[in-house]
Amino acid sequence: MLDIFDILGPVMVGPSSSHTAGAVRIGRMARVLLGAAPVQADIGLYGSFAETGQGHGTDRALAAGLLGMRPDDLDIPRSLELARERGLSVTFRTVRLREAHPNTALIRAEAADGRRIELQAASTGGGRIRVDRLNGVDVNFTGAFHTLIVRHQDRAGKVADVTRELSNARVNIANMSLCRSRRGGDALMVIETDQPVPPVARLLIGELPGIRSLTYYQREED
Amino acid sequence: MALDSLEEIVRAAESRGTEFWQVVLETDCEERQVTAQASREKMGGMWRAMLESVEQYEAQRRSVSGLVGGDGAKMRDWAASGKALSGGYMQEVIATALCVGESNACMRRIVAAPTAGACGVLPAVLVPLWRSGEADEESLLRALYVSAGIGAVVSRRACIAGAAGGCQAEIGTASAMAAGALVSLRGGTPEQIAHAAAMALKNLLGLICDPVAGLVEVPCVKRNVVGAVNAVSCADMALAGIQSRVPPDQVIDCMGDVGCRLPVEFRETALGGLAATPFGQSVRERMHAGSE
Repeated sequence: MLDIFDILGPVMVGPSSSHTAGAVRIGRMARVLLGAAPVQADIGLYGSFAETGQGHGTDRALAAGLLGMRPDDLDIPRSLELARERGLSVTFRTVRLREAHPNTALIRAEAADGRRIELQAASTGGGRIRVDRLNGVDVNFTGAFHTLIVRHQDRAGKVADVTRELSNARVNIANMSLCRSRRGGDALMVIETDQPVPPVARLLIGELPGIRSLTYYQREED
Repeated sequence: MALDSLEEIVRAAESRGTEFWQVVLETDCEERQVTAQASREKMGGMWRAMLESVEQYEAQRRSVSGLVGGDGAKMRDWAASGKALSGGYMQEVIATALCVGESNACMRRIVAAPTAGACGVLPAVLVPLWRSGEADEESLLRALYVSAGIGAVVSRRACIAGAAGGCQAEIGTASAMAAGALVSLRGGTPEQIAHAAAMALKNLLGLICDPVAGLVEVPCVKRNVVGAVNAVSCADMALAGIQSRVPPDQVIDCMGDVGCRLPVEFRETALGGLAATPFGQSVRERMHAGSE
């Protein structure tokens, strides 16, 4: 999809759309998918994020996103102090990853109630991002669409069950992917949609047999 | 329509009897499924943010490395002395490009256009015309649609990231966007807009991305000045009826091709050009020592 506001925009705190704005979005994506405020985060920096991240404020940008900030928040430069004040402990380290995009972060975050997330995402330019791995499973989504992430049993008919509920809710699927850990084990459906998925449809999908968990990301306008 | 050819946008505008900006606005409405009013409100937000990025400049701020800050104010002071070589508008263009580029390096709020590193070019040519009362908000919004359309075509046919195509892809594209915007503001034709953009891009062809210590500071801030000044001269040439001899789309394709052939040292890796000078290396070492 071409969005002219990806060319003229985003409105953001500098200095780099990839190393700063994209990093904020990655942190925020981790927080949204965790579904709660993280109290602890271990952030691995790879490639150019590790090399020139400090000078671009990539560390502060990722922490800002985990605190729920957006790319245009003037508090981004002091996010590490704010994290301490708000009870989020953040650590950074350099990581080695295989075949990863040069601007990649690996975030392991935990909420107060014990919920955890592990997310590997890349900043692909102009502030755009792509999530490459989620809780150990390869995925591919960007946050440019409303995104439904369904963990389910690898069994015939599960995709049909979920997509039927979306169809009933008049939600059109833009992109979709499916990946499983092993035959008959856990599988992960990632569905990007044109319309927001209404709460009721999410509830119905969550109650379908064989559905283990459901995470939803609602597209954000900057 | 897909915004992937300047020549097609020009043809579409001419055959429909509309303007360049209208073609871009209509495309945005189709692509994002929004009303023209919603699109214009969003563009209005971009304009206000751009204006703010100029107005909130603070001369005392310094970047992370300490290399950048205060030059916009120096340029303003020199302009005020009455001894500057450039005229009133051009003085403001230079000062504004420096101010916004510096604000970006100092982690202030800017509008990426098309990237954060090139964020000073568009406001540098537009904001002085707004301040002097030579352009009203409506014509500025139209100019922004023109610039977004040009940037979209470059992004589709070539690239807009320094890591992909060098500085020509960032400052070159920003300059093309700004040149087209200026022609639109002065009432030029869609064809003149396309030629202004093509000339601006041509003039910066081959410009490498060689940031000292990998930071968006040196030489990025001052390259915003060259992008802006180049845009003004190309807009004036186009309005005078001067054309790019190489057709606009071919110029864009050529920029993409040159970008792909640039050695990796010249594509934002901080391994070549000014980054590889003894000065550049000393800054890099100092930054690394500071992070340990």
